[in-house]
Amino acid sequence: MSKVAITVNGTLHTKEVEDRTLLVQFLRDHLGLTGTHVGCDTTQCGACTVIVDGKAVKSCTILAASIEGASVSTVEGLADGEKLHDVQAAFHEHHGLQCGFCTPGMIMASVNMIERHDGVLDEATVRHELEGNLCRCTGYHNIIKAVLSAAEKHRAAHAVAAE
Amino acid sequence: MYETTYHRPGTLQEAVSLFSKVEEAAYLSGGHTLIPTMKGRLAAPAHLIDVRRIPELSGITVGPDRIIVGAATTHATVAASEKIRALIPSLCGLAGSIGDVQVRHVGTIGGSVANNDPAADYPSAVLALDATLHTDRRSIPASEYFAGLYTTMLEPGEILVRIEFKMPEIAGYAKFRNPASRYALAAAFVARHRDGNIHVAITGAGNAGVFRWTEAEEALQARFEPDAVKGLLPDENDLMGDMHAPADYRAHLVGVVTRRAVENLGGTLIE
Repeated sequence: MSKVAITVNGTLHTKEVEDRTLLVQFLRDHLGLTGTHVGCDTTQCGACTVIVDGKAVKSCTILAASIEGASVSTVEGLADGEKLHDVQAAFHEHHGLQCGFCTPGMIMASVNMIERHDGVLDEATVRHELEGNLCRCTGYHNIIKAVLSAAEKHRAAHAVAAE
Repeated sequence: MYETTYHRPGTLQEAVSLFSKVEEAAYLSGGHTLIPTMKGRLAAPAHLIDVRRIPELSGITVGPDRIIVGAATTHATVAASEKIRALIPSLCGLAGSIGDVQVRHVGTIGGSVANNDPAADYPSAVLALDATLHTDRRSIPASEYFAGLYTTMLEPGEILVRIEFKMPEIAGYAKFRNPASRYALAAAFVARHRDGNIHVAITGAGNAGVFRWTEAEEALQARFEPDAVKGLLPDENDLMGDMHAPADYRAHLVGVVTRRAVENLGGTLIE
């Protein structure tokens, strides 16, 4: 057992966990944050994507003990009360989901992508960057539209902020 | 996953001594091969020794004729490194073609080179760029390092610390991926060194893992142009054949990617 202290969506959680505990298990089973999904459990599908210290990662393939002291963002941390995050709103508006199972991972990968590229994205880049997120409903077209729309909003907001 | 005990040593010495003291230990770096293997119960180390916070394993340094990359450097860091891009852009392109964004954020060069998966990308660069593998106890030339599928000259408990690439005059990398798994069915790293020697390293295809394709090297030595390897194929008896691609198809692909690597010197072509 290890005592791990991890900040999740701004709140520090200190828990005693088995060393083999995966980050996704820590989030779902120890913190009750079930928005992060387990899809394939083999590092391929990306449904478990969360952001650790500014980087999108697959939480099914990271030991919780190994990220002691890190800061994690999950889909639960995005909305401000009833107000959806811009990426969530864009997925809603563009119907970027069908069954919704891959959506938390898609959204976290997209939030991180938009941040890393500062909103400067084209369709080819979005498709390439979402290579690690699978949608078995094959709803990719609308997902791409949603990400591009949220990226544009991000750019506009930053342009205003810079003035 | 079976139970395991996680350790995070802060120094090389602590890591090596821990490895020798406990039974059934494994070093953990990015863990993007080891953790899935443990989840499938194909590996069950009783102790995991995480090497990522050991200072000697991080950092990228550039010398006049060398690039030295710490073993715990992630693929994303190599792919985005301006220092490397200015000197060996194909190495950045190679790193940026591994797995996907999330995998590149965690997987490390040392983990890839120590694991020596026959479809891994980095072993081809290590071999073609005549790298030196520095460990906690010695330095191993790339030509002696790889020892077959998932096998290297690393001894139990030996830690790969940094990888020193020899700066080529020019290099190119081309890969043809399995459309489902995205692993290389065949990939070629071609480098012309400053002494004029040409190295062609092939990954994804060999039945003993990464290898130097000497016939292609000789042909390119005579004439350093894509056409020089036209019609040249490796012996299919030396290649893997499986449900993804029979050996004769892989032989064909090896010819294709080698030609494409020479056509894209200074860059990377991923298909």
